[in-house]
Amino acid sequence: MNHIVIIGNGIAGVTAARHIRKNSDKKISIISAETDYFFSRTALMYVYMGHMKFEHTQPYENWFWKKNRIDLIKGFVESVEPQNKTVILANGSKISYDQLIIATGSKPNKFGWPGQDLDGVQGLYSKQDLDKLEANAPNNEVCKRAVIVGGGLIGIEMAEMLRTRDIPVTFLVRESSFWNGVLPAGESALINEHILNHHIDLRLETNLLEIKADENGRAKAVVTDKGETIECNVVGLTAGVTPNIDFLKDSGIELGRGVKVNRHLETNIPDIYAIGDCAEQHEGIGNRRPIEAVWYTGRMMGETVAQTICGNKLEYKPGHWFNSAKFLDVEYQTYGWVFSERSMKPYEKHFHWRHAKENICITVAYNNETNLFLGINTFGIRMRHEIFDRWLTEERDVNYVMEFLKDANFDPEFYASYEDEIITKFNTENGTTISPKKKSWKRIFNNA
Amino acid sequence: MKALQNLGIAIFLVGLGIFTALPFLGTFNLDQSTFDQIIAEKKIKSELFVADMQQQVVGKEFTGMIDLSSKIGTAIENANATHSKNKEYKKKIYTKVSDMASLIGKRSGKGYIAENKGIMWFLTFGLGIIGSLMFIIPQVVTLGKKGIKNDGIYHQSSTNRGWIAWLVFIFLVSFYMVLYFGSEYAVNWTFLVDPISESLSGNPAGHWFVYGFMYCVIMTVMAVRMYIKYRHNMYQMVRTTSVLFFQIIFAFLIPEIMVRLQMPYYDFKNAFPLDYDFFFQWNLKSLINSGGIGLFILVWGVVLTVVIVPVMVYFFGKRWYCSWVCGCGGLAETLGDPYRQHSNKSLFAWKVERWLIHGVLVFAVVMTGMTLYSFFAETGTVLGIKTSSIQNTYSLAIGSIFAGVIGTGFYPIFGNRVWCRFGCPLAAYLGFVQRFKSRFRITTNGGQCISCGNCSTYCEQGIDVRAYAQKGENIVRSSCVGCGVCSAVCPRGVLKLENGPEEGRINPTEVLLGNDVDLMELVNKK
Repeated sequence: MNHIVIIGNGIAGVTAARHIRKNSDKKISIISAETDYFFSRTALMYVYMGHMKFEHTQPYENWFWKKNRIDLIKGFVESVEPQNKTVILANGSKISYDQLIIATGSKPNKFGWPGQDLDGVQGLYSKQDLDKLEANAPNNEVCKRAVIVGGGLIGIEMAEMLRTRDIPVTFLVRESSFWNGVLPAGESALINEHILNHHIDLRLETNLLEIKADENGRAKAVVTDKGETIECNVVGLTAGVTPNIDFLKDSGIELGRGVKVNRHLETNIPDIYAIGDCAEQHEGIGNRRPIEAVWYTGRMMGETVAQTICGNKLEYKPGHWFNSAKFLDVEYQTYGWVFSERSMKPYEKHFHWRHAKENICITVAYNNETNLFLGINTFGIRMRHEIFDRWLTEERDVNYVMEFLKDANFDPEFYASYEDEIITKFNTENGTTISPKKKSWKRIFNNA
Repeated sequence: MKALQNLGIAIFLVGLGIFTALPFLGTFNLDQSTFDQIIAEKKIKSELFVADMQQQVVGKEFTGMIDLSSKIGTAIENANATHSKNKEYKKKIYTKVSDMASLIGKRSGKGYIAENKGIMWFLTFGLGIIGSLMFIIPQVVTLGKKGIKNDGIYHQSSTNRGWIAWLVFIFLVSFYMVLYFGSEYAVNWTFLVDPISESLSGNPAGHWFVYGFMYCVIMTVMAVRMYIKYRHNMYQMVRTTSVLFFQIIFAFLIPEIMVRLQMPYYDFKNAFPLDYDFFFQWNLKSLINSGGIGLFILVWGVVLTVVIVPVMVYFFGKRWYCSWVCGCGGLAETLGDPYRQHSNKSLFAWKVERWLIHGVLVFAVVMTGMTLYSFFAETGTVLGIKTSSIQNTYSLAIGSIFAGVIGTGFYPIFGNRVWCRFGCPLAAYLGFVQRFKSRFRITTNGGQCISCGNCSTYCEQGIDVRAYAQKGENIVRSSCVGCGVCSAVCPRGVLKLENGPEEGRINPTEVLLGNDVDLMELVNKK
């Protein structure tokens, strides 16, 4: 029987395994050194915050794997030998495969800062990182201050986590405004304010120079490029992630920053595939980056590669870009492409609306010349994925999107709605006379 | 703030302590004329009982109900034993010991508690309310900015099945045991609310009035907590107001006022088969004998169950009843909210749930069938089985133990919807409608789910919401009561409770929105 070996039990590997099982009778093994069972990495923060127990982050009950004949192997893969079709574990045991799927995810970036490997310095990616944080920062007596380096999604999550235990947090952000390489200025400004409102000591345009150790080799302070020394007990390194592929160095598999794959998610060696955070497309698909460390792209690659392995060879064709996140109390969703000022296309024009008091705003991007709708960012308003996916496929113009914006609202019932206000502002700015249409189930379900 | 909250806890505990001590306190002295009255009212013919009581109880002073109650119990048992032996069945006393002791206790209460009802009310209910509000209201500040406030739930003893949770469990279970099986120990509690009862129905309070009043007080105080915790979420605000309104007006005030107006006691929102004794002989007779209003209630009760309930479930899902109107749901959504995460999400629990809840529904329907047959055929038995013994079994096992002792007592351990999920026959009935013929669903927002598990963790009905959401599938489950918390706690805006066209409501998907269109079609077509 064909033996499929999957390295990594994250969302990509597990999705691939599930779909291969649905479509075939192949023998499936998943190797992981991190945990016995699949868990949702994105939920680790909630365990530290006390919203959940670790077991709640596991989407499948423990009997699920045996019932679906997916063998779980706990072990660290030290190397891959494509010529023998074998995977070698750290304990010396060898596992042979017919087809291999590499789904080893990422590891936190370290940029060679002095002191980056001291005790008390950590990223927040794995289960082990969570355990470490629990040990390093159980309360604000052990951890009198934490410094977080790197203003991205994980950085703000880590700040939120530590704040739930009343630990003072200093947040070093390289950019002049939080995440402004991705978010347009208005939105980035809103999040800056929100971070400060949560009593997080936000330091913009500030870089880490060095982490200083105490006599026991633990981090005791950071030095910034502003010449300041900040005493702390924990340093969070959250300046992005890199594919976790060191073990493949001598395997002969073509590597870039990640494992190089073609559109079929195949590596340069037959029967070896790479999916998820660790896969690197030769060229980015559409506006996407070659490496996408996003939950749902890992899942989609797993869905796709399973088809290929089960005999239905398919290209990885991610549809319209979408994503979401939560910045402390503010939910963020995006559909299509809204670029920050830094990477905006020349034809891209933004319409921005922000609520007078609440942390609610939207930015709509559209083509300056053709009015083609390009994308939308929403903060504090939930939007319906299906609707925007359809509008993007149908290449609607921005006036259409505004007119039918109510169809796209996904906020819970009884929430205040802001479409009228939004469209009034849009009309004023653009000299249009759009009047919003009432929400229609017929249009939402597309059987008009 | 913290100091204020701690003081609040202290005041609350003093109130709770006094309340808990009351069953063991108080002075009871049954005088001759009151005893004669009771003998006459109860039409007691047992001279043995009367003699025994004269010797042991009448004119004597008792402290607390324990001693008094056991004397009354012995008197009844001895008298009945002798009468049985002598085949003097007409002399036997069929009143339960508990009821007799409650009656005697209520009429013979003397001393501080019975004579200072207002002060005693303040020292129990008053302190309890003030203390809990002092704990709850500062949360406006201590909880910080509006948003999801579940920090530390699994770090705290009270909400993580720690020792505080077990103490609450013991207290609640004991309280329900008193309520259902030892009402004589509730006599002192009834004194506290006598003035309120008299102003409503004109009658002194019984232990069920204590329960009803307490229910409203607890729901109101805990609703304040809900308003603060979910102040960012209009759905929760409106829903909480709705359950509170129906509890106070429909379940508590209207029935009491109806009694004052010489009408039958009736809760207009309590639908059969949750209201399992609606068709019991005594109720039907009382309704039929109450003239126009009785007939109206009879028709209303039937229409409510047969027409209104299912039609409303078709349009809005069973939430309109279970988490907007129902009293059991009301308590679960207020007092029970801190415990919602304890419902078991395993597949095994779901299997148990389906057997149990549908079993109870069958039980309720069969019992009612027998009851109606007995009523119209004027017989006490159906196929040789005594209807009354089936009714008594249901009342004890389901009505008291399941719904009360387990349903609420187990809040801190098994979550706040144990009864609604595993036992309520009305929920089972509404569930069928919701699952097979309704416009309600929880919509999953395309491919946005990140499988974090907040939704499943905080689902009070033990639905593994994530199992659907991470597949891009809408959640259509008979047990969903539409509390809306899964949608509230979702960090990615994935879930929305909505009523829409039936077509496409159930949408099994394997590959989620966002992936290759051909792949989605290929896989989802199967």
